Amino acid sequence: MSRYTVLRDHHGERFSFQRRLLVVLSVVVTGLLVLFGRMVYLQVMQYQKYQTLAESNRISLVPIPPSRGIITDRNGIVLAHNYSAYTLEITPSKLPGKLDDTIESLAGLIEITPKDRRRFRKLLDESKEFESIPIKTRLNDEDAARFAAQAFRFPGVEIKARLFRQYPMGESASHLIGYIGRINDADMKRLEAESDIANYKGTDHIGKFGLEKSYETVLHGKTGYEEVEIDAGGRAVRSLRRTAPVSGNNLILSVDIKLQQIAEQAFGTRRGALVAMEPATGGVLALISRPGFDPNLFVDGIDPVSWKELNESPDRPLNNRAIQGLYPPGSTFKPFMALAALETGKRRAHDSIGDPGFFILGNHRWRDDKVDGHGLVDMNKSIVVSCNTYYYKLANDMGIDLIAGFMGPLGFGSRTGIDLPGEKEGILPSQAWKRRAFKRKEQQRWLAGDTISIGNGQGYNSYTIIQLAQSVSTLVNHGVQYRPHLVQYIENSSTRARKQMEPQPIKRLPYKPEHIEVIKQAMVNVNLAGTSSRAFAGAPYGSGGKTGTAQVFSLKGAKYNASTTREDLRDHALFIAFAPADQPRIALAMIVENAGFGAQAAAPIARQVFDYYLLGKLPAKPAEPLPDEAPADSAEGTPLENFMQQHRHD
Amino acid sequence: MIKRLFRRLAEPLDPWLFLFVGLLISVSLITIYSASNGSVDKVTNKMVSVSVALLAMWLVANLKPAQLMWLAPPLYLLGVVLLVAVELFGITVNGATRWLNIGIGRIQPSELLKLAVPMMVAWYFQRHESWLQPRHYAVAAAIIGVPVLLVLKQPDLGTSLLISAAGFYALFLAGLSWRVILPLVAMFLATIWFVGDFNRCASVFHDYQCHRVQVQLDPMADPLGKGYHIIQGTIAIGSGGITGKGWMNGTQTRLDFIPERTTDFIFAVYSEEFGLIGCALLLALYLCVIVRGLMIANSASSLFGRLLAGALTLSFFTYAFVNIGMVAGLLPVVGVPLPLVSYGGTAMLSILIGFGMLMSIQRDRKLIKR
Repeated sequence: MSRYTVLRDHHGERFSFQRRLLVVLSVVVTGLLVLFGRMVYLQVMQYQKYQTLAESNRISLVPIPPSRGIITDRNGIVLAHNYSAYTLEITPSKLPGKLDDTIESLAGLIEITPKDRRRFRKLLDESKEFESIPIKTRLNDEDAARFAAQAFRFPGVEIKARLFRQYPMGESASHLIGYIGRINDADMKRLEAESDIANYKGTDHIGKFGLEKSYETVLHGKTGYEEVEIDAGGRAVRSLRRTAPVSGNNLILSVDIKLQQIAEQAFGTRRGALVAMEPATGGVLALISRPGFDPNLFVDGIDPVSWKELNESPDRPLNNRAIQGLYPPGSTFKPFMALAALETGKRRAHDSIGDPGFFILGNHRWRDDKVDGHGLVDMNKSIVVSCNTYYYKLANDMGIDLIAGFMGPLGFGSRTGIDLPGEKEGILPSQAWKRRAFKRKEQQRWLAGDTISIGNGQGYNSYTIIQLAQSVSTLVNHGVQYRPHLVQYIENSSTRARKQMEPQPIKRLPYKPEHIEVIKQAMVNVNLAGTSSRAFAGAPYGSGGKTGTAQVFSLKGAKYNASTTREDLRDHALFIAFAPADQPRIALAMIVENAGFGAQAAAPIARQVFDYYLLGKLPAKPAEPLPDEAPADSAEGTPLENFMQQHRHD
Repeated sequence: MIKRLFRRLAEPLDPWLFLFVGLLISVSLITIYSASNGSVDKVTNKMVSVSVALLAMWLVANLKPAQLMWLAPPLYLLGVVLLVAVELFGITVNGATRWLNIGIGRIQPSELLKLAVPMMVAWYFQRHESWLQPRHYAVAAAIIGVPVLLVLKQPDLGTSLLISAAGFYALFLAGLSWRVILPLVAMFLATIWFVGDFNRCASVFHDYQCHRVQVQLDPMADPLGKGYHIIQGTIAIGSGGITGKGWMNGTQTRLDFIPERTTDFIFAVYSEEFGLIGCALLLALYLCVIVRGLMIANSASSLFGRLLAGALTLSFFTYAFVNIGMVAGLLPVVGVPLPLVSYGGTAMLSILIGFGMLMSIQRDRKLIKR
């Protein structure tokens, strides 16, 4: 309705406006008539129906929670499942008398342990007034029968059949399976935000950790409901309609639980982590973080004492070291440095340096661990004997920009995207990183000396074991990088139809095959004649590896005190490996914390893992800690010196 | 002396509008008392927020439309700036970033835009009234579009629809061509039709997005969630019958079957207790307010006044229609309170400020007449 009149036509304008007002008024009147018509329909024509529904019978929707999907390993061995059991539950708001009195009289009938009481108290604090709270779970038939006979004495107390989650493997694989726990306020808020809250009516538990958490929506299923008529007193009269719940989907993992357990046993009581995966798919075969914990503790709500124990243990068993522990890779970084040198043209494989046993830059001297040096060292030898001087010089020649530029795409310093919650990023040192990381101007500048230790996997380097495992896999998989994943299939629990989780190649890194071959061959030589040759002696398959040693501190909280923390100051043993040599089917990275100077502590565990995976061979007995030997390969300086250096950076 | 003071106080107020608003607020207090199972606290709280809102209405009614016009651009700009600030430093609750922390408390800038957008559009048309051309409608559309997109991003679909409606009313009353309006309406309906079917929707959007729309359009698809509200609300309304169960006697209310019964679902409580007769009265009251508002728009002395009064009145109608339609199961469940009746201070404040503007426009006409 464009008007081009320059002289205003007030009457025309007014008229047009009034016409529009009439249109609007008729819309308004129509709208209100529609609403009134709806009222007439509901309140006059349908009155009888709704009156009946509201007055004599009121419809109540009773949710029927779905049963949670089960988790199995790649061979169908159950790692998490459900079973039905009776629980004795108290609804505090329905009690006629005092809660404590009720509990005391119940205790006269059925054994209620202090642990049960503690857990009950904790749940009571978290729950709403009208909820029923389990005082004792997993009642046996005798207890159930005894209570049933006396039930009339206990209004507000009842026996309910509930599905319980159980983790038959106990501590084994606990960090990857995770656990479920009671839905708390934070969970409620999140569910509300995701508009998923209705689907959790009637469900008490939700995934809190590990796969149980990351695959919550897959495992949970869809809540069903029953329309029930209830009388004025709130009692159910009859069921009108029932919509069955849809069970959650099952997870079938790429993990081999046998392999997982063999590796776990091999760790014994030592702390550490191991990730083994299939290079060609990214499927994780084993993901170990030691020590573990028993996820079954969490299912009924963990009692405060057990929680305190787990949470405050200096061994930090709830920490998933495989994806959250940050460690300098030590010498296991060298093969990647060597590949970087080849790819960027900074070295050819046969270029040799003379190693006098140290490297000098300015007035600082970086020492090799072999005092006299290794003599003439080419790339193959630099990896086999783990020559530090070679990499001091290489790092210096490459410079930090080139190193960071190569290591970044390989996955160092960024999350791998494994299907577990809480993965840490780590630190890939670079000039930009240092500017971000430090407050004071003078600390932000990248120093030439900073680069030197980077080449040996020390200094600011800080990565997760899974990043290391992914990098080895990428290396032996011709530069094709996969996202590590634990879940192989999602299975519909009723039709058994499986949906494969597609292996997802993230990217193809354009490494020259002959360059990769040089590195792989050098790593094969390490297992044949280098630092890990003893552990792999007599293996009927070819394999490659690289040992490493690193010094790591939990800088938060742990004060340095030479007399009390000596044990903690021991070096961590690292190892990366793959097998068979020509067509690797398994690649792994691992760390044994505070294993002393023993890269020898790590390689034997890898040997057991490979033996089982490739040959089906079970280990004769858990790995014995080997006697300490002279360090074949360790960081520059003593642990104490490293410690001081680390603190200087901070 | 007292008489003079009273006259001074009453002078800026439009008696008809004030009467209808007063009646609606009485309905509100009575229903809230019942819906909260006789909580005096809730009624007292409501009375406090009513007083504050009435004072604001009176203050605004004392302004001249010229002053409102002068205020339009700064208010609009402030609103947009605040929306950008929400985008940058807003507080996220339940996945939506809608609030700003201003030290003493939180504010929700999108509320301001419900008033500022029609003001700004009216201001813009007033500036160009002598030579309105198609491009002016395009600019006006942009004035509406910027805040709407910002609110949509929060995400807050309901509020962004209400803001665009308020702006659209001003556009419509300014004479936007039917050739533009009809295709717009057709597009809107087509969108609803398109996303309404899950498979059609899923062919373009993510499954979860479609699922959300689905639940919005068909609450029965979510019987334990939003559908529950609808089922219980419908039973409450239907069982009210012609005369209702009587004040404080609604069984659906007493037995906790109606969720959010002092806020979004208060109409269910009202119609259960006062029946069809009560509903007819309430709808008639709303009609009275709207007719009075349109009369003010019709007799306003400036284009600004006409457009603003018309747009505000129609927004008021929209709130009432959407809320009752939702409770009665005709429309999807969206978080719109029943205007002037639901518990909740912010909505009441912005509505009464809007009425203050209407009164200001009405008073201006009177002054000129004299």
